[in-house]
Amino acid sequence: MSTDSMFVHKMWEQDELSKMISAGKVLFPMLSDGGGNIGRMYGVYDEDGGVDIRGRFLIDPDGVIVGYEVLTPPVGRNVSETLRQIQAYQHVRKTGAAEVCPSGWKPGKTVLKPGPDLVGKVWEEWKVEMAFD
Amino acid sequence: MSKVQAGCSKPVGQKAEEVQPEVESVTSETTKGAGIMIKAGQKAPDFTAGAYQDGAFKEVKLADYLGKWVVLCFYPGDFTFV
Repeated sequence: MSTDSMFVHKMWEQDELSKMISAGKVLFPMLSDGGGNIGRMYGVYDEDGGVDIRGRFLIDPDGVIVGYEVLTPPVGRNVSETLRQIQAYQHVRKTGAAEVCPSGWKPGKTVLKPGPDLVGKVWEEWKVEMAFD
Repeated sequence: MSKVQAGCSKPVGQKAEEVQPEVESVTSETTKGAGIMIKAGQKAPDFTAGAYQDGAFKEVKLADYLGKWVVLCFYPGDFTFV
């Protein structure tokens, strides 16, 4: 989603993005936010610059925003981190929140089972090194 | 006429007498005028937007994605560098 028109989206895909992506085309809709109204709703429209800055919102199947990140223009996002967060939220949802994902969690790493028995015992289950890749 | 450095935001036209010195235009507020405050854990505001995909123009409504996981990404502009 950017403030560009659908026409500019088409030309960007045609002239540049299609040369970057192995699929040869963008696999999701490129949304147009002319005037910045949607960006305003999400708090990411920069009135002075006339653009939407880099807001990334994760929305679950109930339409709830489970998390977001906003970066100003000159630095790009880390897509692996976005995917990791989706996998973590999906795991929590699948287990009905019986299992939660501590810092640094990735599929296959230790999950925590919240409950009275875990109070004061996280140090036995989770080590600081696990916060890092 | 002065050269404008190519960046990731669009230069915005304004009345000539209101042109600010360059140094002051670096930072900007992003949320002014926003009526809704976004909060994690709350419903995503629904919207419809024009879209381009797969050779066609169409209209996309966020609510049509209920039941699916959605990554909604905003970015400053097509053909910018980052």
